Amino acid sequence: MCGICGCSNPSGTGKFSVVDASKVSLLTTHHHNHGNEQHSQADNQRLIQVELDLLSKNNAYAAENRAYFQNNKIFVLNLVSSPGAGKTTLLVETIKVLKDKFPIAVIEGDQQTEHDADRIRATGVSALQINTGRACHLDAHGIGRAVQTLKVKSNSFLAIENVGNLVCPSSFDLGEAHKIVVLSVTEGDDKPLKYPDMFYAADVMIINKIDLLPYVDFDVERCIDFARRVNPTIQILQLSATKSDNFSEWTDWLIAKMQ
Amino acid sequence: MHELSLLENVRVILEDHAKKQNFQRVEEITLEIGALSCVETEALAFAFEAVMKGSLAENAQLRFKHIDAQGRCLSCGQLTVMEMLYDACEHCGHPHVDVVSGLEMKITELKVS
Ligand SMILES: Nc1nc2c(ncn2[C@@H]2O[C@H](COP(=O)(O)OP(=O)(O)O)[C@@H](O)[C@H]2O)c(=O)[nH]1
Ligand SMILES: [Mg+2]
Ligand SMILES: [Zn+2]
Ligand SMILES: [Zn+2]
Ligand SMILES: [Zn+2]
Repeated sequence: MCGICGCSNPSGTGKFSVVDASKVSLLTTHHHNHGNEQHSQADNQRLIQVELDLLSKNNAYAAENRAYFQNNKIFVLNLVSSPGAGKTTLLVETIKVLKDKFPIAVIEGDQQTEHDADRIRATGVSALQINTGRACHLDAHGIGRAVQTLKVKSNSFLAIENVGNLVCPSSFDLGEAHKIVVLSVTEGDDKPLKYPDMFYAADVMIINKIDLLPYVDFDVERCIDFARRVNPTIQILQLSATKSDNFSEWTDWLIAKMQ
Repeated sequence: MHELSLLENVRVILEDHAKKQNFQRVEEITLEIGALSCVETEALAFAFEAVMKGSLAENAQLRFKHIDAQGRCLSCGQLTVMEMLYDACEHCGHPHVDVVSGLEMKITELKVS
């Protein structure tokens, strides 16, 4: 039986067949002709086998952050979406509801400007803007430094608003407890299939701007089905950040996580 | 895309590793890339030379080992080939599949001197 949809086993075999795990094809796509051959031959060349993940540097910083967050009881969410899905609005409205319940801090990632950090500061909560310049994602090293600069309090909620981009931020662990992907109904219900990596990496999908559902062609059920195909265990919330529809479902979720 | 930052990581990883394993130059790097990892090998190859310039891997040859992706069907429990993260089970058509392999992005072999 599938634990996601509760379906019964259609084939009834339940057998685990082991298939050759790595059908490896080797292909060389890049070769240099060394102009001078002085180091291409001989002199004690050796082949070494390693296992070095390309993201290992970032992952090491993320692990440090995660340990720091755990020791200081800081609950951290990493919000990702396309530009304009409503992350900053969601955070501003969340802060208005929750700021008397526990300390909140925000790290804002954008390629340029302080605009979003200013919107957060207007609520009375401290915010730090990271301008990533040419880079299209936040990385764990930058977050570690930002947390020190911001002096994030113990027992607090730290929200990280990532750069608006549904591609790279999926690969860069920041040390957060959960990635939350925000999808607004004006973007189309097939986003989970168009950008599967992000929906695979996220633990929660927030479908935002549901107040606009009457005006757009967005099939909520279809969207949920697509998201679950990519990530069978993804949790889903539907709300409007500006009209506060279903908003307490989200804030209740957060409050429960803070306990 | 983030191929540039990945390559900058490769450079740093190689420099760290050179100290540990005591080598001065890298002649050849083999990267294992899973079919579901979100990197373009062409983009990596394209930026490789520029990023490695001035490092111990300047002029190194870059090779890729492609790893096919497989998932385990949450309904029938069999292994199934995946080309996309959302592929259904090839045996029973069930839409819910857990990825088992294919997300790899790592350096697996170095020819050094
Ligand atoms: N109608 C509607 N508009 C929203 C909602 N949430 C955000 N917006 C609007 O969408 C635009 C982009 O929001 P913003 O929070 O800046 O998105 P971000 O780029 O993800 O941070 C703004 O004009 C918001 O007012 C919503 O729930 N309903
Ligand atoms: Mg924003
Ligand atoms: Zn299922
Ligand atoms: Zn990026
Ligand atoms: Zn199956």
